[in-house]
Amino acid sequence: MDWFENGWGLSLIVFLPVIGALVVLAIPKAKESLIKWTALAFSLVTLGLTITLAVQFDYSAADTYQFGTAMDTTWISAINANFHIGVDGISLPMVVLAAFITVLVIIYSFNHWPEPHNPKLLLAFVLILATGMSGTFVALDLVLFFVFFEVVLLPMYFMIGIWGDRGITEVPIVNWKIEMRLYASLKFFVFTLFGSAFMLLGFIALYFKSEEALGYRSFSMIELSDIGAAGAFTGTFAFLVFAGLFLGFAVKVPMWPLHTWLPDAHTAAPTIGSVILAAVLLKLGTYAFIRIAIPILPGQAIAWAPFIGILAVIGIIYGSLACLAQTDMKRLIAYSSVGHMGFVMLGIATMTDIGINAAIIGMVAHGLITGLLFFIAGSMAHRYHTRDMTRLGGNMVLMPKMGVLLGFAAMASLGLPALAGFWGEFMALLASFNPLEAIEATSMFRVLMVLGAIGTVLTAGYMLYMLRNVNFGEPSQEWADHKFEDVDSYEWLAWAPLVIGTIAIGIFPKIVFGATNDAVVGLVQKAFGG
Amino acid sequence: MTIIQFLLVGAALFSMGLYGVITRRNAVLVLASVELMLAAVNINLVSFDAYLQDQLNSGQIFSLFIIALAAAEVGIGIAIVLMIYRNRQSADVDELNLMKG
Amino acid sequence: MYQFLALASQIVLAAGDEGEQVKEGGSEAIVPGITSGVLVEWAWLIVVVPIVAAFVIAFWGKKMPFKGWEAAWGAIGFVGLYGTVLFVLNASQGILYEGTVEIAEIGDFTLEWGWMVDGLSIMMYFLIGVVGFLVFTYAKGYMKGDIRFTWFFASFSLFAGGMLVLVSAPNLIQLIVGWELVGVSSYLLIAHYWEDYANVDAGNKAFMVNKVADAALFLGAIIMAVSVGSFSFNDVIDVVVKGEEGMLSQYAFWAGLLIFIGAMGKSAQFPLHVWLPDAMAGPTPVSALMHAATMVTAGVFLLGRLFPFYIDEAGIFAGDVRNIIIVIGGLTLFLAGLLAIVQNDIKKVLAYSTVSQLGYMVAAMGAGAYTAGLFHLFTHAFFKGLLFLGAGSVIHAVHSNNMSDMGGLRKKMPITFWTFIAGTLALIGIFPFAGFFSKDEILASMKFAGENGQDVANFILILGIAGAFITAFYMTRLVALTFFGTYKGHATPHESPKMMSYPLIGLAFFAVTAGWINFPGVYTGFTTWLATRVPLTGMGDHHAEGLDWSLVLIVTPVVLIGVAIGWWLYGKDKKSQAARDTFRIPVLWPLFENLYYIDDFYMNGIVRPTMGPIANVVLWWDRNVVDGIVNGVGLGSLGVAKAVRVFDQNVVDGFYNEIGAGVDELGSGMRKSFTGRVQQYAAFSFVGVVVIAVLFIIL
Repeated sequence: MDWFENGWGLSLIVFLPVIGALVVLAIPKAKESLIKWTALAFSLVTLGLTITLAVQFDYSAADTYQFGTAMDTTWISAINANFHIGVDGISLPMVVLAAFITVLVIIYSFNHWPEPHNPKLLLAFVLILATGMSGTFVALDLVLFFVFFEVVLLPMYFMIGIWGDRGITEVPIVNWKIEMRLYASLKFFVFTLFGSAFMLLGFIALYFKSEEALGYRSFSMIELSDIGAAGAFTGTFAFLVFAGLFLGFAVKVPMWPLHTWLPDAHTAAPTIGSVILAAVLLKLGTYAFIRIAIPILPGQAIAWAPFIGILAVIGIIYGSLACLAQTDMKRLIAYSSVGHMGFVMLGIATMTDIGINAAIIGMVAHGLITGLLFFIAGSMAHRYHTRDMTRLGGNMVLMPKMGVLLGFAAMASLGLPALAGFWGEFMALLASFNPLEAIEATSMFRVLMVLGAIGTVLTAGYMLYMLRNVNFGEPSQEWADHKFEDVDSYEWLAWAPLVIGTIAIGIFPKIVFGATNDAVVGLVQKAFGG
Repeated sequence: MTIIQFLLVGAALFSMGLYGVITRRNAVLVLASVELMLAAVNINLVSFDAYLQDQLNSGQIFSLFIIALAAAEVGIGIAIVLMIYRNRQSADVDELNLMKG
Repeated sequence: MYQFLALASQIVLAAGDEGEQVKEGGSEAIVPGITSGVLVEWAWLIVVVPIVAAFVIAFWGKKMPFKGWEAAWGAIGFVGLYGTVLFVLNASQGILYEGTVEIAEIGDFTLEWGWMVDGLSIMMYFLIGVVGFLVFTYAKGYMKGDIRFTWFFASFSLFAGGMLVLVSAPNLIQLIVGWELVGVSSYLLIAHYWEDYANVDAGNKAFMVNKVADAALFLGAIIMAVSVGSFSFNDVIDVVVKGEEGMLSQYAFWAGLLIFIGAMGKSAQFPLHVWLPDAMAGPTPVSALMHAATMVTAGVFLLGRLFPFYIDEAGIFAGDVRNIIIVIGGLTLFLAGLLAIVQNDIKKVLAYSTVSQLGYMVAAMGAGAYTAGLFHLFTHAFFKGLLFLGAGSVIHAVHSNNMSDMGGLRKKMPITFWTFIAGTLALIGIFPFAGFFSKDEILASMKFAGENGQDVANFILILGIAGAFITAFYMTRLVALTFFGTYKGHATPHESPKMMSYPLIGLAFFAVTAGWINFPGVYTGFTTWLATRVPLTGMGDHHAEGLDWSLVLIVTPVVLIGVAIGWWLYGKDKKSQAARDTFRIPVLWPLFENLYYIDDFYMNGIVRPTMGPIANVVLWWDRNVVDGIVNGVGLGSLGVAKAVRVFDQNVVDGFYNEIGAGVDELGSGMRKSFTGRVQQYAAFSFVGVVVIAVLFIIL
């Protein structure tokens, strides 16, 4: 298995999906089932490789990069950008999550096709997304990272733009009447690109500045974090670079007040688009904070921490309140993501090992739970042809199994202990009681902790409100005589792993912490000296 | 005898040639005037060669080149003029204004 | 193994060191005889079996012969049996064991699942197992023909599992897990008949009120865990027993207060009691087991678990919080009792009564009476469970919750009647029924606390005695309206089937006898059994050497007067039957009808504004301001783009076009100078050469 360990395995995990996309594109449009099975086969092989990776991973050395290519695997020699990839304890859970979600999405899409049909193109997009996602998580070179970070943009843009919701929406202030999918896809694209432009500026600035400390220019995250920890980046320069990175990452997370693309994108996107968006794409931002912003610019991370913490908590409270006023089920779940990612960012803002651990498990949990919620919301919208909660009701009568799953997902989402969502929320609050001392804002973080706890109450509030309006009560006249098909076998197949994962991580969080803890402790120690 | 006299002769000859080139209307005379200018240049070359006592005698070699070229030039020039005369029944350069912008 | 040896040696050592102090506190310290062995090492089965049963029922219940009931019943029976064995062994030899399984390490913390087998948790295992077994038996009869029979037992088993997770917790995390698991099963079971939104709303209310309290519990647990550096109760109590100044003592007040607020939610303390009466929307077995016997006592259990922290012998921890605890408990027992008087729904009377009794337990904890509070928890579980099941039996017979539809059932339902009377006597505290002993112990502890420096306890003692009077009054009213007089309902009442009446008899047995295990001056085994952890610390609570006659002589007459007044107002058909049933006590009724407006305040002051205006303002803000900025920027960019297009076409492009035109004109001007005359060109060249030469010379 030598080839597997020195980079080829990981490269295969990253690029197999895109090869799959090319193969899928080469198959004639008429052979639909062949297209589906090909796409599934490619994603399954990728998942198999990913699981092999996770099994072979040396957990006792989780703070080192494993399975990677050599640091000097030349890619673009003119700017010293290398094809340097690798996984450590922080990226491993994310890579596994991305591979899992891809498979589940493809299984789900076997009999749920958004209009216009065209499975060939849609599946090709899904596979390209898979490459972008896992690539971002394993990249150890800023240029490589940037490329993968941007690769996910286009397929998602087309996914929303082509298969999205065709309802007409009215945009306030500017008074446009425009198809939801067009508005949402444009907003998503422009927003993200806006952020990543600043991010790229930051990368380039770091590249040029690194010459002072290294003697040559480097895009390597490892070298940059080495010199960053030694204090190579300071003053206004570091401030501006961090600001650029912050903008790029915060848009993707999304942090308040850069979040408004999210509800629109989620609501307009087809089910599988929403799932991928919620389950993996949002994590690119938070992951980048942990992987790039903190290790390379630890001094600025400390300076910005109170600001990030405040924005995170505003996101929690604000997102939850916005949920309480929703009547659109998908939009409610979308806003709930703002709140949940707020907890993740609160964990990161504490800059402690516990907080960052909490953030990672929060990311994984949110991926599983919100993915499941979007799946269910999508399937329900598919059956009811509406997402309007004022018209729904009595779902437990009409589709009992769907109702139970929705209830489960809602409970998991509100952070029920012994399910995955709990650890992220609780540990983030715990970390904010004692944030990194160097931040010198301990008492402010304690206030944030209390506000975050209030956020958990509001979270419970809107989840119960959704359950009440959707699941309970007698079905209204509109649906009473209607026969609905309960959860079908494809849906079971796609959702069961999410349910099992949620329970398993809840009961035995070592599944995630076992990989992350050493890596996070190492990261914090390196960046902040313990 | 200094080089000045030779140069003066050359300059005079060149000026005459130039005058001829600019003012003569007959193409043949213009050609003849060109020959005068070439001769003036030859004088200059030879006299500087002598004056500088060039080891390679490049001035003399150049003047030989020019004599050969001048012969060729006259040959071609006369031929062209003849052809023009045949076509136009005139060798007046004032009328040869096809290159007018 | 090592862990256990360390623990055991610690216990032995501590027992020697702290023996004096323990005696001073009044508890008898015993060195546990059983600290290992199959029985305690496999005690995790107690927790796991009901949870597994819940999932088995959920997935395969409908295919079973009894539709899943047998799995639930078997599981709870197993818990009851195991609990009884442990209870007996604990009584004879003493048991102390803690098993843990590591589930993760995060930073400096170790997360663990585990199972505690000590006096306190064994008491709870026994209680949950035995009361649960009887209630599950009863529930089969009560729920017969229910539309979601299987689902009910799945949720009920999940509850039992959650409760056992809670009481077996060796650390705060597991406690929180159990805490919320019972919260969810409570939500599911309250909203069992979810076709009706009223029930769903009751479930939501229970969940939300508890969630508010849970948020406080989270924070308290966080403060405590971070201060100690561990979630483990042992480590917390270690720090407390050693009396170390440090982070824990610095934040002890806040940790103590927040954890108590958590306890207030689950144990329905004023003003977070509002969910419990509404929780009566659930089926009656649920009310009996969860909302009377076990779940609602979780708060008291938690205070018991952290008792050394609150009793605070070193004087640097959460001792101050105890004054808050006793006041909250005192207010709860008094105010909730008053509300029980004006209820017409038989289950709501019992619900407010439960709140009131929980107030007694909490007040006892506040007075520093560990044993008294838990003893009342123990006896109350039996007699209140009994009362609820009796009420369920009545409701089953008359198909109504309202006492105005009952009356005269004494003859028609004799078993129900007599067991109900036993429960009532136990609740109001008549010798020798169970409640007499436990309530007396609580009042005695308050008196002791008042005499020993906790001034507020004197005032709460008066409330406690008044509470005893109120309890007697409303229970007499309830019994009179239900079982005496003439029947006014529409259904034909009959005695319930054996499946339901036998559990009543079983509980009645405990309601009579449970008090005798802690008979001051005669036999005080319960104190000792609870105290297997005492070697770690003095529990510091007071135990009467014998019955406190001064109290008994006050309380018992007060109770009897309560009964007499109740009987006088409701017992006899003084006027017409109808007049009796609709009789509303003149001053009290209007006063308490609105439940002190607390519910209204929560609804109109918090919930509606949050869900209505505040949420809508946020959404409006999001749509119009935040998103408006985004859209505005987009629109602005478009405008700028248009302006740029105009500028580009007219100015920038115009500039280049102008240059082109200029060059063109220049060219056509220049061409005139090209005459085509060779001689002219030659002249020009000559002039040029001359000019250059002149310039060359000059320069």
